[in-house]
Amino acid sequence: MNWLADFFGDAAHWSGPDGIPARLLEHLGYSAAAFLVAALIAVPLGMLIGHTGRGALLVVVAANAARALPTLGLLVLVVLLAGVGTVLPVLVPLIVLAVPPILVNTYEGLRGVDADLRDAAYGMGLRGRQVLFRTLTPVALPLILLGLRLSAIQVVSTATVAAFVGLGGLGRFIIDGLATKAYSSVIGGAVLVAALALAVQFGFLLLDRVVVSPGVRQTR
Amino acid sequence: MITFEGVTKRYRDGTVAVDDLSLEVPTGAITVFVGPSGCGKTTSLRMINRMIDATSGRIALDGQDVREIDPPTLRRGIGYVIQQAGLFPHRKIVDNVATVPYLLGWNKKKARARAMELLELVGLDAGLANRYPFQLSGGQQQRVGVARALAADPPVLLMDEPFSAVDPVVRASLQDELLRLQSELRKTIVFVTHDIDEAVKLGDTVAVLRVGGRLAQMAGPATLLTEPADDFVRGFLGRDRGIRRLSFISAKEVRLGPAPPDLVTDGDGRPLGWRTGDGLAAYGTFDPETDSLRAALDAALLSPNGVAVAVDEEGRVRGVAGRDAIDDLLAEYAPPVRGAGSAAAEEAPA
Amino acid sequence: MIEEPLVRWDWIARNWDSGSPSAISTLLENHVVTAFLPVLLGLVVALPLGLACARWRWLYQPTAALMNVTYSLPSLVLFSIFLSVTGLTRATVVIPLTFFALAVLIPAVVDGLASVPDPVRQSAVAMGFRPARRLLRVELPVAVPVVLAGLRIATVSSISLVSVGALIGQGGLGNLFIDGWQRQFYTPIVVGIALIVLLAVLADGLLVLAQRLLTPWSRARSAA
Repeated sequence: MNWLADFFGDAAHWSGPDGIPARLLEHLGYSAAAFLVAALIAVPLGMLIGHTGRGALLVVVAANAARALPTLGLLVLVVLLAGVGTVLPVLVPLIVLAVPPILVNTYEGLRGVDADLRDAAYGMGLRGRQVLFRTLTPVALPLILLGLRLSAIQVVSTATVAAFVGLGGLGRFIIDGLATKAYSSVIGGAVLVAALALAVQFGFLLLDRVVVSPGVRQTR
Repeated sequence: MITFEGVTKRYRDGTVAVDDLSLEVPTGAITVFVGPSGCGKTTSLRMINRMIDATSGRIALDGQDVREIDPPTLRRGIGYVIQQAGLFPHRKIVDNVATVPYLLGWNKKKARARAMELLELVGLDAGLANRYPFQLSGGQQQRVGVARALAADPPVLLMDEPFSAVDPVVRASLQDELLRLQSELRKTIVFVTHDIDEAVKLGDTVAVLRVGGRLAQMAGPATLLTEPADDFVRGFLGRDRGIRRLSFISAKEVRLGPAPPDLVTDGDGRPLGWRTGDGLAAYGTFDPETDSLRAALDAALLSPNGVAVAVDEEGRVRGVAGRDAIDDLLAEYAPPVRGAGSAAAEEAPA
Repeated sequence: MIEEPLVRWDWIARNWDSGSPSAISTLLENHVVTAFLPVLLGLVVALPLGLACARWRWLYQPTAALMNVTYSLPSLVLFSIFLSVTGLTRATVVIPLTFFALAVLIPAVVDGLASVPDPVRQSAVAMGFRPARRLLRVELPVAVPVVLAGLRIATVSSISLVSVGALIGQGGLGNLFIDGWQRQFYTPIVVGIALIVLLAVLADGLLVLAQRLLTPWSRARSAA
């Protein structure tokens, strides 16, 4: 606990480019950018594959690859290949690792919609797009949101590790602390990232309550 | 009127679901497609609103080939009710019912008002309107399914085994409800079921299909029961066809006699039983205004003396009918003689 | 961009079994132990805990919530926090990874037991199985496919997550990433990724094989 007091009590940690507010903003910025790009790729793709049933193999491969690929190895390799010093290459592995959870859950969500429901929707004269957006998507929404939540948490986590290859953000406190054996910085950074991850988790649970129809939430 | 002209559905793997089907579904009546699984009854139904397209042949709605109509437009003009109702879980009951009106571009207020009207029509409490489907029982959900299909007042209603997932008591009440609705609305209804009793109860016309998608017989239910076309239809109809046929003859014409003194009644004239040496014996009643000849015969068989008690809607004794009176009417409605060795005559139970 | 081939085979040959603590074979051995220990510990803890949660349903809600929170914490965060307790030892990686394994395995056990069809359970009761025997002979075998599905996820994740431990010097093959980064040298990085993915595929395959052997009756169904 002394380490925590040392870290959070030090005024130097609250201002300047290496202060907590600046690092938090950096972390949020990188994470949000990577998450948004991943969502823009994975949600439409997952919906397309789930709706048409074509390309399911891609989903399976993505799910397994995302689990097996070591984050740190991927980061190091991509940054070495692209050249050290720029931010953009670091975002690539962040995005790559954020795509599978969204893709898999969006796909599963749409596939899991009761066949009777699909049938009733077409039978009443909804067109393909109307079936997708008015019936399948609202019913699949809980799983789509789960995918987005897992992905967001994954991004926050990967962004932390990415401090090792030079990315800013809260991971800096941990990586730099480890390098200089400043354990108060390591623990302080860890607590900050944990708080951020929990905030993301909590935020998505709130979002779930707001956007998911009570009729769908109850039947789960 | 819906016409099938030489309609065939063959799947890519070679299975033939419907084979050269030709029939006419009359306007304003209930036509039931019935048969064992694999007889193509659901496929035939789904070809009407183009959920499935026929491989060859023609299906016409009032003369217009359904293939000439864009499927969603076609479907918005045809009510569709399926097993388990297929209600949208994310929408309230009222919005479920208003689905097609919304699709047709009605404003929200008008669509909802129409939905409320329909909920009442199918016998659902207005308080259910703002619930979600999971909060309703199976029978209630099925009623919502019917209301939803009727929302835009389509002239045609397709019902695909709508009542098969609910228990027998609820099913019977849903069937009665459908008959009541139909007597008001006079829609052209195509109803698919695998339950021959349901087919006979609901159908103005019953089309029996055999495995492989061929029409075995199409007739009114009473005709079907007395004159099945072949062994398949006879087997599918099952036992007691003669007795079951009596359900289609009204008991109105049964000759009633005055109640004898040994029929004991209460102060309001409701029957209590037949007086015997040991006390009161059982009795059977029927209402000549609403019941069938089958109910009258049944009432006679329930009394030790073979006399059925006729009652009015309040349950008060109107008179009695002995077996002779029932017999006379039975003779009048004997199946017609159609050539020597008629299958119906051979097997008709006495 | 470094002018350097992605893989230099001579480097691999020299470092595969050099006898030094940074030899690839030593790291691989370390990696295997550090990755499988948490899964094994997790399974040992998750089985009784999952059974308890299935037996007393009120336990499940809080347990699941706790596991959910744990799972949302980045591995590096947990490593860092345990660093202050267990120092630069293997335990600092093994304990957090055990929590991750638990977060997957407890729901798997509960869902697995819930997947036993009620008629199966009822008929076992009706035939006179006592609870313990019924669990062992009927419910657990029927639950095996779901539990093994969880075990596959936990194992593959564990194998890949160990490498992050390299940042605190306990990463098994992950140390190759640090090495490659510091020396701007591709070969160790590529070797590390390849071995980790290979290990994951191998372990996953073995678990699939185990499921086939354990539940011959479910083969037809999963093939369909």
